[in-house]
Amino acid sequence: MTNTLHRYSEHYAVERLPNPEPVRDDFIVFAMATKGINDDKLVEKYRDFLRLALKHNPINIGDATKGGMLRPRQDLNPKSHWKRDQQPDPEQVIAGVEGHTTVAAVFDNYQDMKAFVDDVRNANLGISVNISAPIEEGDRCCHDTGITRHSVEYSLGFCGRVDKLPDGTVLELTTMCGHGMLSANFTKKMIDWVKENRRTPEEAARYMARFCSCGVFNIARAERILSEARVMNR
Amino acid sequence: MKIDPHKCVACGNCLPVCPMGAIYIDPSVNRARINSDECVECFTCYRGMSKEHLNPVFVRAVRKTAQFFRFRFDPEPDICPTDAIVPEELTWPRVVRRAFSDPQVPHESTGIHGRGTAEVKTNDVTDRVKEGEAGFVVEFGRPGIGARFRDIERVTKALADLGVEFEKNNPVTSLMSDRSRGFIRPEILDEKVLSAIVEIKTSLEDVTPVLKRIKELSREVATVVSLGVSTRCGSAGEDRLGEILEREGYPTYRGKTNLGLGRITTKRD
Repeated sequence: MTNTLHRYSEHYAVERLPNPEPVRDDFIVFAMATKGINDDKLVEKYRDFLRLALKHNPINIGDATKGGMLRPRQDLNPKSHWKRDQQPDPEQVIAGVEGHTTVAAVFDNYQDMKAFVDDVRNANLGISVNISAPIEEGDRCCHDTGITRHSVEYSLGFCGRVDKLPDGTVLELTTMCGHGMLSANFTKKMIDWVKENRRTPEEAARYMARFCSCGVFNIARAERILSEARVMNR
Repeated sequence: MKIDPHKCVACGNCLPVCPMGAIYIDPSVNRARINSDECVECFTCYRGMSKEHLNPVFVRAVRKTAQFFRFRFDPEPDICPTDAIVPEELTWPRVVRRAFSDPQVPHESTGIHGRGTAEVKTNDVTDRVKEGEAGFVVEFGRPGIGARFRDIERVTKALADLGVEFEKNNPVTSLMSDRSRGFIRPEILDEKVLSAIVEIKTSLEDVTPVLKRIKELSREVATVVSLGVSTRCGSAGEDRLGEILEREGYPTYRGKTNLGLGRITTKRD
């Protein structure tokens, strides 16, 4: 599905803004094989893709069937309320790839994404690779790496009962999990907790990342949005 | 999904976690309960929350003591302390809720995880959307509102009247009882899902009237609709669709770019 397509920013505000702020810290590159066409040595190809990503400082990597670098745990004990392991675990993502899925890497800057795309092109894995980002940046990356883009898909935003949607700050955070696993109410709670200094933006972003079941949640962008929300009535 | 009343300690952690807001504390029993009509079986509460396996009697005693002294308990917000959330075996037609809401369940009709197809993500090897064509992804209920098939059918019927081509491998198409008229199987019309994607294809020349019609129809449904449109680029990477969308005043800031790195590698007999 279109799980990274409709990531909200001011460009998609219901009331169009004259100068929306560009999104400079959210770039996703993902790979997907097609059954019977390029799914031979599938696990190896996906793991190579993710290992290449690790060379370029990804904020998150993910497997659509298992999750990202931060996942919920089934075996916590009461100590976790005081000392919880918040360390991302990229190796569990790579080791967990078992078959058909979509694998993704999230970056917080253009240069890292471009360097990764360059590596992926040279690796010649034979699986379909897409950039999900501002269209201009995707085009620019193709130009910078000598790639002729094959197809494009535009997000045109939301219509219908938009009065049911939460505010822009909440949408910026929740739509980073395109499958909708991160609820608006939990996101509002995290914003409030950051404002109340009950949790840091880093901690709150990690709670939210665990709900994203495919690993495309951008923890760095979430930290920025939460930090801004703490001091502004966004 | 249900919550085991013997294990639940009414901590309330699962309430905000539910994307549909379907969980509440029932004051008559002081336990969390799920409004099953609103629950879309996305498994977010069950799978997204971490779990402790504490003794419910012990946890209730601690909570009551803290409550008596008006202590503010500040627990981790994404933990179910007693593992009280229990999945139920789903039968038809309720099972479609999970198929369209839980991304970790592959859809029977497509064999892939998620609510739609691979769209243009694999267009470099499938050539599904050709040059001069536009592929539409019309997603009902996203972000975070949910949708019932009755609303979706209202739109698919109107789109069928326009003569559009529904993507045959799409999960919603697979649930149509009459594809030429956009009818969806009547027994699922009241089922609610987190989101469902209708995929259609037209020529680039028809993009403007089809988008206009979809926008009109979206005002008649009780949910939000997310819109995406794709096309295959020309041999030099040029893109006529972007020009059309900008001319018509649609926001085109974000999107996906298929890099064309896919190729046939599987040996065929």
